Amino acid sequence: MELFRDIQVLKALFNTVMISVTASILATIIGTLAAVGLRKLRSSLKKAILTVTNLPMVNPEIVTGVSLMLTFISIYNTLGVLKLGMATLTLSHTIFCVPYVILSILPKLEQLNPSLYEAAQDLGCAPVKAFFRVVLPDIMPGILTGMIMAFTLSLDDFIISYFTSGTVMTLPISIYSMTRKGVSPEINALSALLFLVVLVLLLIINLRQSVRENADVVNLR
Amino acid sequence: MKSKSKWITVPFAVWVIIFTVVPLVLILFFAFTNEDKIFTINNITHVGKYSSVFVNSLLLSAVATAICLILGYPFAYLISKMPEKVQSIAVILVMLPMLMNFLLRTYAWMTILENNGILNSVLKFFHLPALNLINTKKAVVLGMVYNFLPYMILPIYSVLMKIDKRLIEAAKDLGAGKMKVFSKVIFPLSKPGVVSGVTMVFVPSVSTFVISKMLGGGANILIGDLIEMQFLGNSYNPHLGSAISLILILLVLICIGILNQYDSSLNSKNKSQ
Repeated sequence: MELFRDIQVLKALFNTVMISVTASILATIIGTLAAVGLRKLRSSLKKAILTVTNLPMVNPEIVTGVSLMLTFISIYNTLGVLKLGMATLTLSHTIFCVPYVILSILPKLEQLNPSLYEAAQDLGCAPVKAFFRVVLPDIMPGILTGMIMAFTLSLDDFIISYFTSGTVMTLPISIYSMTRKGVSPEINALSALLFLVVLVLLLIINLRQSVRENADVVNLR
Repeated sequence: MKSKSKWITVPFAVWVIIFTVVPLVLILFFAFTNEDKIFTINNITHVGKYSSVFVNSLLLSAVATAICLILGYPFAYLISKMPEKVQSIAVILVMLPMLMNFLLRTYAWMTILENNGILNSVLKFFHLPALNLINTKKAVVLGMVYNFLPYMILPIYSVLMKIDKRLIEAAKDLGAGKMKVFSKVIFPLSKPGVVSGVTMVFVPSVSTFVISKMLGGGANILIGDLIEMQFLGNSYNPHLGSAISLILILLVLICIGILNQYDSSLNSKNKSQ
């Protein structure tokens, strides 16, 4: 029994790490492309898209969770794909992380000097190459901050996972199911480890920005 | 070449429509249909039966938000007055509990507040009467305040830090006392922080189902519990659940609207003066 529970906890830990790593990488790629594209848009259109993008940050989390659950179930019922499980969990984590990534990259893009990108092209650099050589290195701090934030948010998420997981266990979900009967010591130990991971990640963000700016990032939540 | 890169936004717009707009439209659709996909307003009228749950949720989260504001504002103010080095440590200390998983933080309070829990053991040791806290409204409010207090402190702190110190000096030079500087200069300028703090505490409080379940027992059902029951509980009914979610969204929008109105009316008043 004890061993069975250990295996379950390890499985949940594995799922959590897999989902967080995949979702934070996907969210970073989507968020970076979106931020770069958004910057070039008319400001009214940009504002409209950003407002819709940020809806999950304003909405109660339970509404986001429930609405995604309805979407995935409807997709499964009509197309027969995306049964609630690892795929839907990863997808929903990516979805709620993207706005945070965009919001940490956009300010960096605003600070960017557009003449540098143009200069690179004048000197014969193809647009794609100019982007990778000139724009990307400049906005890298924003991208990394966004990715770390996405990772920690995903690692810690319970409410949205709870509605989109089907029968798959993540660490927070298994903690929730244990709270009735008593949380096992392994969970406490694991959570202490996760606490340290998140603490280290946040300290890295902290070193990258001043503490005051960081209070602003939390402010956006 | 500039116009080319903006087309990157097209796939992103599709992504946002599929995964942000469609899910919310689905809630709307489910709220106004029955199992046979026929239009009905029965779900919405059905929600009326649960009005006591809504009142309970609004009341408890309003109390929790008020307590957070009363505790959080002075705290944020004190931090902003500390020397720079101490400030960063204080901010990290405020954020520290947020790093621990939300469920474990709440679970810890369960073990403290239980009838045979830590708190009552301490009271017993000092021969004081035991308190019955677990599964009461007080415990739910306590859970909300404890979990969401950092969301009140941090935005107020960051706004307080941005206030132009010269304005405060000017007010002092013009003969305003400490109280007057606070009520006429500092507090009005910190309103945006208060508004976002109140929003960030109120929204998760009014929609929680974890805190009410763990600290409130079965007796104190909140809107969040009601929604959860319709989707994952025994009374599976996504149509009713969607109707409740829809009303929750509207409630939150109305509250945010009122708050922002309060903030912007204040700003325009300041400008016109």
